[in-house]
Amino acid sequence: MPKYKQTEEIIKLMSNKLNVRNIGTLAHVDHGKTTLSDSLLAGAGLISQKIAAQALALDYVEIEQLRQMTVKAANVSLLHEKNDQSYVINLIDTPGHVDFTGHVTRSLRVMDGGIVVVDSVEGVMTQTETVLRQAMDEKVRPLLYVNKVDRLIKELRLSPQEILERLLKIIRDFNALLETYADPEFKDKWKVNPDKGQVAFGSALHKWGFTLPIIKAKGMKFSDVIDAYNKGDIERLQKEFPLHIAILDMAVDHIPNPVEAQKYRIPKIWRGDINSPIGKAMLNCDENGPLVICVNKVIVDPHAGPVVTGRIFSGTIHEGEQLYGLMSKSEGRVQQVSLYMGPYREICPEMASGNIVALLGLDNARAGETLVRPADKDAMFPFEKMKYISDPVVTVAIEPKYSRDLPKLIDALHKMAIEDPTLSVKINQETGEYLIAGMGSLHLEIALWDLKQRTGGIEITTTPPIVVYRESLTGAGGPFEGKSPNKHNRLYLKVEPLNQETIDLIQQGVIYEDMDSKERVRILREKAGWDNEEAKGIWAIDSYVNVLVDATKGLQYIREIKDTIIQAFRLNVSEGPLAREPIRGLKVLLVDANVHEDPAHRGPGQIMPAIRDAMFCGFLSCNPILLEPIIKLDMKVPQDFLGGVTRIIAGKRGKIISMDQVGQVMHLVSEIPVSETFDLSDQLRSATAGKAFWGTEFARWSPVPSSMLADTIKKIRERKGLSPNPPTPQEFMSM
Amino acid sequence: MPSLAFIGLGLYDEKGISLHGLEIAKSAEIVLLESYTNIMPGLNLESLGKMIGKEIRLIGRREVEDGKWILDAAAKREVALLVAGDPFVATTHVDLRLRAIKRGIRVEVVNAPSIVSVAPGAVGLQNYKFGKSATITFPEPLSLVPYETLRINRSLGLHSLFFLDLRVEEGRFMKAGEAIRLLLDMEAKQRGGVVSEEMLMVVLARAGSPSQLVRAGKAAVLEDLDFGPPPHSLIVPGRLHFMEAEALVLIGGADEDLVRGYL
Repeated sequence: MPKYKQTEEIIKLMSNKLNVRNIGTLAHVDHGKTTLSDSLLAGAGLISQKIAAQALALDYVEIEQLRQMTVKAANVSLLHEKNDQSYVINLIDTPGHVDFTGHVTRSLRVMDGGIVVVDSVEGVMTQTETVLRQAMDEKVRPLLYVNKVDRLIKELRLSPQEILERLLKIIRDFNALLETYADPEFKDKWKVNPDKGQVAFGSALHKWGFTLPIIKAKGMKFSDVIDAYNKGDIERLQKEFPLHIAILDMAVDHIPNPVEAQKYRIPKIWRGDINSPIGKAMLNCDENGPLVICVNKVIVDPHAGPVVTGRIFSGTIHEGEQLYGLMSKSEGRVQQVSLYMGPYREICPEMASGNIVALLGLDNARAGETLVRPADKDAMFPFEKMKYISDPVVTVAIEPKYSRDLPKLIDALHKMAIEDPTLSVKINQETGEYLIAGMGSLHLEIALWDLKQRTGGIEITTTPPIVVYRESLTGAGGPFEGKSPNKHNRLYLKVEPLNQETIDLIQQGVIYEDMDSKERVRILREKAGWDNEEAKGIWAIDSYVNVLVDATKGLQYIREIKDTIIQAFRLNVSEGPLAREPIRGLKVLLVDANVHEDPAHRGPGQIMPAIRDAMFCGFLSCNPILLEPIIKLDMKVPQDFLGGVTRIIAGKRGKIISMDQVGQVMHLVSEIPVSETFDLSDQLRSATAGKAFWGTEFARWSPVPSSMLADTIKKIRERKGLSPNPPTPQEFMSM
Repeated sequence: MPSLAFIGLGLYDEKGISLHGLEIAKSAEIVLLESYTNIMPGLNLESLGKMIGKEIRLIGRREVEDGKWILDAAAKREVALLVAGDPFVATTHVDLRLRAIKRGIRVEVVNAPSIVSVAPGAVGLQNYKFGKSATITFPEPLSLVPYETLRINRSLGLHSLFFLDLRVEEGRFMKAGEAIRLLLDMEAKQRGGVVSEEMLMVVLARAGSPSQLVRAGKAAVLEDLDFGPPPHSLIVPGRLHFMEAEALVLIGGADEDLVRGYL
């Protein structure tokens, strides 16, 4: 039964931080995460009288639809009552598929506990392990919910004893993972014990579930539940053991409240100074401290526009306040403060630390943003920096089949780009096509599916996917000379590959352009073998992972053309000379320059071509190569099909990384070039009669084999309408 | 005989070409006009073509800077390159000249008035008292070279001639008021006591043309005046000779008391 509350009452509840829980659900794909969220939403709710009246007036189906959409899209606040106390449970949305784009981390960052859903038949799987490991990284306390227990009874027809053994094994496996991944201080504390009510069992599909303390309290035994189910008495189970009660009881009892959680979580998930006033306020979840909101998600509401949701780690947010985003480096005014109650957004004038809030009016904020008051912007260290995320590696061009559907398509694309910053949407100015680029074939498949849902299933034509490459070099050389067109300026550059350590440091966001220079010098010297002087001279670090270094000493007028040189560097690395693909892993050193004294003779029109010529001449002279994206394919496949699967992988230039036997199933990890993966899903499905499960993620950039290099370059160039052969170094040497 | 002739046209219109220059242009097989480094307010291309008796081909920055086909042509034929002002003063075609010499192409030069030779006399200042010159460019970003130039010249009591940024291809030219504002901005940034609103400056508009205009006065006053169409130049006097002071009053309409302070 939903409970009806007035908004004021709810806000009062939310300000009682001890009775707030921030949780989310985590699962391997198909283990029942969505069904669980649905039954939580159906069973519990924070619905005001006003909305309840409206809700009654609405068609039931319509409400269901609204709900389902919201479950997929938002963080929802639920009400739960236990031992005469009212609790607010903020249910944070987590991505439904394994991703490598930071979505999972962002969701985890704003929650203190996670309900890990495990299918009782399949047991602990790869992704269970992945999400558990990620939860440990973010210090999120995991609890276990074993789902689909009905399958053990009905499909596998196991005896109560066998069922019990199976469940105990899942619990043991789960605790073994905790033993492996949890920090020492949490290893014992966080292992789950069914007797203490830290494990729930049930069927999300049939909406029943229980913990051992719950059935004990009713004077029943585990086998009684099995009996009831066997007798087909599902209704009785639903009534006596509603699933949402079991889950929310577990959350209330075993997931810490925000005050308790922030004490140990903040030092681990935030890299700023714990002893600063902001650090202390977050540590104490202080509602009177400086305002800090960490955004985990932005969704586009059809009526209200972008809705920014996130957790208030400290302070209290009021309607009308001006907020500053540390990532977007921009300010915005909060037009509305609200919370999601069930499917509805309810407006409230203010909200205090420890809760999840939804804000309107901050159109520049994206997932991962840290919001503070403008006065605190210099004192606050962001939760997340603009990351040098691996750029999209696969692109498709799309078009509606009927031009009348274009506005729908554009609208949906626009929203998707806001909600998923890793999805890039561009218009090809020449063809008018819309290009969607994603992190892999799977990412694009999901995006296209999502696009269909959002547009109400309009017909869309898509081109075959195009793989994005990177250009790089294996040799070093120089100085290479670049002359300005008027010949009055001469610039000298050396080029060399960045070492792997440097690439990793940049990729992980440890080293970045606008960080403290001394700190950067130290890290590069200690961890990547950089020369001190050279590290001091870094002018630019580009998002494609290239570095520009000024290695000159006190040359005249260099400062006045510095910005132009940096601009030229960025432009050149975004489109390399081989095939106009971005350059990766290049270090450019400016070693000497002869610059005209009068500024009229050394404007951008003179300096940019000089830098381009020297860079490209150098790049092409130092064994240029092409890098292709490689994905990691992680799959579980019954042994009988192993041969077929390995043949497919071998036929796609794939490499087997590891193979373990888990019961009757083989756990196979392999790497495959993205360019070979477009029909991979179909092939795997038909080779395994649909019995294999797999996930993919971006692994790394790897050189295109030399036997394929020339041909690959030629194909890219022809696709782009360029002459088939790349330029020679001589073409960038000026007379 | 194959050759490359650089022929100056002076500052205002087609009649600025010298008889010598006209002769060479007439006998050349190919006549080119470089059209990006300067503005000649009165130039009529058609009438110039009639004077020379040939079609004139306009060439842009790329072709001149690249220079390849000009030199290829000059290696086989007589080529005349017409240039606003003097060919080798404020704008520099020296690279083309050097490359021609390296290829053994005969080079001829016909000089003409340039802003550098015209400006001092036009405002009544004496040429030998000028220091380094510099271009005040659009602040993209702000170059401090003009400021440094002024600092050095002033410390020696020398006058400074500033060329103002001119982007013929983009149709942009800097007005005198904007240049003065930029100098004041540089002062605000550097705080070196080099430029002030009270300082004596001289604006020269459309030098060498019938509508030439000279105004001398305080920077703050000149900054707000409209000097009409381009091109404009700016002069910041150093120490003045008494004849220079008198000229700035008579020609430039400067306030006598203001000028006296610079004697």
